[in-house]
Amino acid sequence: MSETLLSLDQVCADIDQYHILHGVDLVVPKGELTMLLGRNGAGKSTTLRTIMGLTTVTGGDIRFHDQSITGQSTPRIVRRGIAFVPENMGIFSLLTVRENMILAAVSGAMDPARLDWIVDLFPPLKRFWDKPAGNLSGGQKQMLAIARAIIEPRELLLIDEPTKGLAPAIIDDLADAFEQLKSQQVTILLVEQNFNFSRRLGQSAAVMNDGRVVWSGSMATLAHDDDLQHQLLGLGMGEHQ
Amino acid sequence: MAADDVRIDEPTGPTGAIARFNAFRHDKPHIFILLTMMLAALALMEPRVWVVLTISGLAMGAMVFLMASGMTLTFGLMNVLNLAHGAFISLGAFAGASVLIWLSAQADQPSLWVNLVAIAPAFGFALLVAGLLGLVFERLIIRPVYGDHLKQILVTVGGSIIIMELIQVVWGSNELPVPRPDALKGAVFLPEWLPIAGGIALEKYRLIAVVLGLAIYALLSWIIERTRVGILIRAGVESREMVEIQGYRIRLLFLGVFIAGSALAGLGGAMWAMYREIITAHMGDELMISVIVVIILGGLGSIKGCFYGSVLVGLVNLYVGYLEPRLAAVATVALMVAVLMWRPQGLIPVIKL
Repeated sequence: MSETLLSLDQVCADIDQYHILHGVDLVVPKGELTMLLGRNGAGKSTTLRTIMGLTTVTGGDIRFHDQSITGQSTPRIVRRGIAFVPENMGIFSLLTVRENMILAAVSGAMDPARLDWIVDLFPPLKRFWDKPAGNLSGGQKQMLAIARAIIEPRELLLIDEPTKGLAPAIIDDLADAFEQLKSQQVTILLVEQNFNFSRRLGQSAAVMNDGRVVWSGSMATLAHDDDLQHQLLGLGMGEHQ
Repeated sequence: MAADDVRIDEPTGPTGAIARFNAFRHDKPHIFILLTMMLAALALMEPRVWVVLTISGLAMGAMVFLMASGMTLTFGLMNVLNLAHGAFISLGAFAGASVLIWLSAQADQPSLWVNLVAIAPAFGFALLVAGLLGLVFERLIIRPVYGDHLKQILVTVGGSIIIMELIQVVWGSNELPVPRPDALKGAVFLPEWLPIAGGIALEKYRLIAVVLGLAIYALLSWIIERTRVGILIRAGVESREMVEIQGYRIRLLFLGVFIAGSALAGLGGAMWAMYREIITAHMGDELMISVIVVIILGGLGSIKGCFYGSVLVGLVNLYVGYLEPRLAAVATVALMVAVLMWRPQGLIPVIKL
């Protein structure tokens, strides 16, 4: 097993008066793509938001590079090298694509070579470069959201349901982009509902239920064990063939 | 057919004069209403009077813009209703006036350059004092009530009363006469050969107010449109959380905007003091009516809307004041009501309500 980049140890978190996470244990190995799976309401998105310091942690410890980041402010966590793409993508729709990218490059000017690579990955961004990001389609917005997360080299990307509401052809494009990121040894923690997408990309996986991680292991194990999938995710044969 | 029926996403561009006019009315409501008002006024008065009133209205608009710009930004970005903004205007006026009185030896010289030795520190001091008060005010009064409009209204009205009372403690409760620097007194005359406007006398101070107002509008627009801080401010208006997720501390941005807005209110107050040549601690309260009208009719959070709103308020005040003085006070509010009936979101809104 490779080195651990991020670990959650018995993390509990609240949103308002509700207890959402009840002791999450999760390990994200460095340089791998880890899938975080589970039914709706299992606490996957809250787990990502909790890592980013966007919910109130009531117990447990979150460690990044074996240093605690529990309770730190969101900007501080970001500047440690963690990027987050939320479920709603969080595009600034009144800003242009360019302005969205400028803000994403926190440490200053964008690196031209890196920008070229990103534009190659997501060609529509170039076409709409000086247009308001609100005019982009859903898939293009997702591309921009991911482009923002990778415009600077980050150690860890947290991405929440990138395929949500997208057409199959665009999901394929996204999967290709993730393959490229994987080949560059970027560490990614991806929340997904789309099992085919997960099976194609994931190296390790964790499955959540009711605010806890109930299973973790290699994606290959889960992908080849129909009973396990049915038990953990409630997937029938027809749903992922 | 109402202007609202013109859809911006129509597949074909507007053709024909009426369609083009409707599109213009829809896309550039601020220009449309400004031109309409100026032309209507021109039809109702002598052209020479119109020129004088228009310049004066622009001057008043420029000063109101300085006072209102900070409040519209505070509201747009931070969603904070700061009803103590008027107190910052008063404080700026008194701070600026004090420096002018202290440097009256320089202010009374007939040379503009010598006068500037008094004016620049007066404006600078007004900016500084109001900005510093903004810093303290944000920490003590605003910070505990982020996100709660009702509490903001109560606590900032309270803060406003305290500041105005403190002004009376420091400067006394009487009106304070403000010496206008010598070089800014009097008028300049337009050259005789100009058609219509030839030989008209224009008050110097008003011209300077217009120039200064335009310069600060240009500077603010440049900051908002072109700089990283400006992009951050616009992003913050849309989503505070996403600004943090990009790695920026929104609290610092809030604080910076609040201080800048307060400082601008102070500068506006100091300019107003020199314009009126007499000030009271409660002058800010009286100006707040214009300021609130401006930010509502301009569209909350928009610097451009605030600028055009201020110019409209300045012009309507002067035009109506000339045509029917008794209606001057009503005119500002009537203008706001008319604009809101046409465009409930204001002329150039930037935030979703």
